[in-house]
Amino acid sequence: MICLGIEGTAHSIGVGIVKEENEKCIVLSNPIKIYSPKKGGIHPREAANHHANYIAELIKESVDISKLDLKDIDLVSFSKGPGLGPCLRTAATAARALSLSIDKPIIGVNHCVAHLEIGRGTFNNCNDPVLLYTSGANTQVIAFAEGKYRVFGETLDIGIGNCLDKFGRTVGLEFPSGPKIEKLALKGGKYLELPYSIKGMDIAFSGLLTTAEQYYNNGKKLENICYSIQETTFAALTEVTERAMAHTEKDQVLLGGGVAANKRLREMVKIMAKERGASFFVPTKDLCIDNGAMIAWLGVLMYNSGIRMKIEKSFINQRFRTDMVDVTWRD
Amino acid sequence: MIKEEVLYQGAEAKICKSKYWDFDVVIKRRIHKSYRISHIDEYLISYRTKEESKLISYARSCGVSVPTIYDIDLENGIITMEYLKGRRIKDILNSFSEKERERICKKIGVSIAKLHNNDIIHGDITTSNMILLDDKIHFIDFGLGGKSNEIEAKGVDLHVLMEAIESTHSKYSNCFDYVLEGYKEELEEDANHVIKKINDIVKRGRYR
Repeated sequence: MICLGIEGTAHSIGVGIVKEENEKCIVLSNPIKIYSPKKGGIHPREAANHHANYIAELIKESVDISKLDLKDIDLVSFSKGPGLGPCLRTAATAARALSLSIDKPIIGVNHCVAHLEIGRGTFNNCNDPVLLYTSGANTQVIAFAEGKYRVFGETLDIGIGNCLDKFGRTVGLEFPSGPKIEKLALKGGKYLELPYSIKGMDIAFSGLLTTAEQYYNNGKKLENICYSIQETTFAALTEVTERAMAHTEKDQVLLGGGVAANKRLREMVKIMAKERGASFFVPTKDLCIDNGAMIAWLGVLMYNSGIRMKIEKSFINQRFRTDMVDVTWRD
Repeated sequence: MIKEEVLYQGAEAKICKSKYWDFDVVIKRRIHKSYRISHIDEYLISYRTKEESKLISYARSCGVSVPTIYDIDLENGIITMEYLKGRRIKDILNSFSEKERERICKKIGVSIAKLHNNDIIHGDITTSNMILLDDKIHFIDFGLGGKSNEIEAKGVDLHVLMEAIESTHSKYSNCFDYVLEGYKEELEEDANHVIKKINDIVKRGRYR
């Protein structure tokens, strides 16, 4: 089965084409366009306009890269949520139009679950991982239990990417700030005390953000603040992930989301996994960030397990939680 | 050298069974984590060992069942405590009859209220951290705990349990309602403030 998936939950619009072979996912193409605001954070309407401008072009580009023809597509999937309403609606509209014009079924999928499934689908031996999903809006520790992907831990206030971006905005770094903070942190090395906030397997960042901003206002060296932010938040993320692994008795850990591109976070989780005797997986960057291929792959899994969606019912859901999905494709 | 048997390798500590004089004991050793810088590592290990020992002793004086502490080594992050020969609630809750589940969950609620009446925040109330022994709920692992009289802290404390029940005992998610019933009975202040706070915390989560 060949599926074309459209991702458009936030600042990225992506069109991926995947092929299923022996229950594994082969990514044929996965182009992405990212909206980057000149000032401030994401403006949902402007992001949606950006997506509307590029989507038709991206579908063509994706089909070209895959060396297929539109008539080879068996299924169209889209990110049903969670995400920003205008962005979701743009992607869903494109998916509906495509589904009708090529006369192929449509299916809406959960974005967070897609981040996990793309890891399972593209790696051998990544069968039952705990996913640490870190992006701008989302910070969740997800694992399969009792028929669903359950959120064992999550942020109680803001996502880690959001935390980094907000700090970046205060000190004048461009969006997205994560990569800039990562570079600055390499030049720092003096640890400044920051709140380390873990509640069970949940985590909170807003107190840390306030303290970090105060350090900046009091003239502390930016490099050292960046270093301390990374060391503290990533240690806390790694700890909640390890707690979830111990709690669920799983011995595989998978990273996903844009912040998983950070080398220090990868290193920490990798060391944690090694010390526990667990295996560590991190997809290539294009499959970590928001992308169409993961949406396409989850579409394949759901469709093959017998799930069908009528086009009249292909709504989006801005608050589509991970644990709302019945996982019919796993035992 | 007294023989030690590893009972459980948790996320932050290794739990071993051993002997202390003639007593069966559990030795909880916090593990150094090389993924985090030594400043954070040393701070977390010594802070949590100290907090945990204090809270366990205090909880006992408040009438909550906890293991007896025999020895504390702050520098190395080691607590030696009584071995509780019971079963984890996590492992038995799903197998209970509905009536028994209700009875046990109410007991859990009463114990949590006793902790909260004395401003003890457990910090990680999951069914893995409760042991049923002699028909009493024993609380273990106060490593993320602290003291607070704030409704927010008490709400977060219960929210952790709510999530644990939803994820680990999803077929019996009414368990949490039973817990709240026991909690309401025992809490000295108006439990509805705390319950309202739990709902606020739920809504703060993403996409609620």
